[in-house]
Amino acid sequence: MTAITDEFSSAPVLPKWIAPVLLLAFAYGVVPLIGSSYLFEAILLPFLALSLAGVGLNILTGYAGQVSLGSAAFMAAGAFAAYNFYLRVEGLPLIGSIVLAGIVAAAIGIVFGLPSLRLKGFYLAVSTLAAQFFVQWALTKFSWFSNDSASGVIDAPKLLISGFAFDGAVGRYLFALTVVSILTFLAYRLVSSQTGRNFIAIRDNETAARIIGIPVLKTKLLAFAISSFIIGVAGVIWAFAYLRTVEPDGFDLDRSFQILFIIIIGGLASIRGAFFGAALIVVFPLALSRLGGFLLGDVFDSGVLDMSQRIVLGALIILFLILEPDGLVALWDRVRRRLLFAWQST
Amino acid sequence: MIADFDYQFFIEVLVGGLLSGVMYSLVAIGFVLIYKTSGVLNFAQGALLLFAALTFVSLVERGVPFALALVATFAIMVAIGIAIERTVLRPLTNKPPITLFMATLGLSYIIEGAAQLIWGTQVHGLDLGIEDVPLEVGGVLISQFDIFAAVVAAGMVLLLSLFFRYTRIGLSFRAVADDQFAALAVGLRLPLIWATVWAAAGLVALVAGLLWGARLGVQFSLSLVVLKALPVLVLGGFDSILGAIVGGLLIGASEKLAEVYIGDYFGGGIESWFAYVVALVFLLIRPSGLFGQKLVERV
Repeated sequence: MTAITDEFSSAPVLPKWIAPVLLLAFAYGVVPLIGSSYLFEAILLPFLALSLAGVGLNILTGYAGQVSLGSAAFMAAGAFAAYNFYLRVEGLPLIGSIVLAGIVAAAIGIVFGLPSLRLKGFYLAVSTLAAQFFVQWALTKFSWFSNDSASGVIDAPKLLISGFAFDGAVGRYLFALTVVSILTFLAYRLVSSQTGRNFIAIRDNETAARIIGIPVLKTKLLAFAISSFIIGVAGVIWAFAYLRTVEPDGFDLDRSFQILFIIIIGGLASIRGAFFGAALIVVFPLALSRLGGFLLGDVFDSGVLDMSQRIVLGALIILFLILEPDGLVALWDRVRRRLLFAWQST
Repeated sequence: MIADFDYQFFIEVLVGGLLSGVMYSLVAIGFVLIYKTSGVLNFAQGALLLFAALTFVSLVERGVPFALALVATFAIMVAIGIAIERTVLRPLTNKPPITLFMATLGLSYIIEGAAQLIWGTQVHGLDLGIEDVPLEVGGVLISQFDIFAAVVAAGMVLLLSLFFRYTRIGLSFRAVADDQFAALAVGLRLPLIWATVWAAAGLVALVAGLLWGARLGVQFSLSLVVLKALPVLVLGGFDSILGAIVGGLLIGASEKLAEVYIGDYFGGGIESWFAYVVALVFLLIRPSGLFGQKLVERV
């Protein structure tokens, strides 16, 4: 072990904050100038929303060890709550309704997290499905949530913050980027704090965590609340900035699985992992359809595309679980270390 | 409301619910088989069910005789079972159960995609030659098809129990379920046993797929019946075939009764989540489920 660390310690170690700051500078300063509207609409906006959802789920599943199959329900709760707060509360600014929406999602998260106090593992995973079905049912059943719109599909409000409208693809991108950056930063602080360590302790050994004095029940519910808050806000981004409509159908079980896949592929218990995973999940179907169309031509219609996407995605999951259980993050770190080392030795 | 309570109608709903519960149990048994022997919650069971039904229907539609199609489909399910053992389970031996669960989630995507890529996405009708004419028993109308399904389920449970109890390979299933390492140590062949279990689960998937397929038509939504079986499993315990049966009956009955008697207060359509709530409330009171072993991962 020591040999390995010694080997690399001679490589120049940059301060930890350099990479995120450079990345943010690039995302704010360069991307809006060079990106096409396709890049924003089809790639960056869904990427940002799903990354944030992945960060949220990673706190619950990766750090606190509670598997949830109901993430899309919390996204839906967030999106609809934000819509209704903004619609019904006079004079409430958008930021206020987004925060309130996160709190609503967190409250729902606590309710559906209650079974975690008595159930573990598969039993808990299955019981989180209750959230998925109940929330989706409630949102379709009671037209009050969608303001009695006949189709159940509603236009999201304009992204207006203290008089400044985040219009157009670039504007919505900047809005999403800002929200995602802030919450990701907070999540990063959280997981390296006492609370974050408590999550990990509960994941690794619940009995031991209890012995050293961690309030297990409270901490578990806190994990559910924080995770649902973040996922709820991700739902707002998804509906308001990416789709610009709010509809329950988009938040189905497949979406929940998608978010789970993001953190498996990206890397469990890693904030960066959610971004890696989301990037792959968003880009891969687009790439596959391009590649399929190029190689097979007309045979590759939308039905075939859909099915082959499912097959390749499933295969990817299994491959990652077998070959790289720590996800793309581990892969990335290894490649970077190797490159640095190679660069050092020349 | 109480005064003019229609008992006959109540019993009709109850019986209908119990019989549809049998259909849930059929799916749940497939899960239990695999969980018992390998400790994996096999989410791909629904995909297997879809694959079996779709393969069978497509073969029959291409002029293959009924019996031959049945045998061919079963052979294919066995091949899939062996392939899964080789490519997915073996590399993941000794990994935490939740990792294996996620692997089966990926597996379900592959199988669903492959089933529809091979056989197409259109809806197929499936006629098993059983008329779905209601039968009158003591003034209560019962679907003939449901009774047939119940008989098939009972036969399958009997067969599985005999298999587990009296055959050599069935005994080794139980040994593996008890203690994987001890079973390996006395020389049981784990790969062979797992492949057999997955083949058995494939058989259960085939039977359940045909019955559900005759009910709903063979199409993608067939793989969603897993979502109906999961609360049954939570209620009955993942490792008990008896639990799967009793849980299925309980869930089926309470779901139908709730839909008929209290559904209107919620605006209807509550069957998508009601079963989960029943299972959860029950578990909050009795965390080890109906028949599940206490030592399973529950507080």
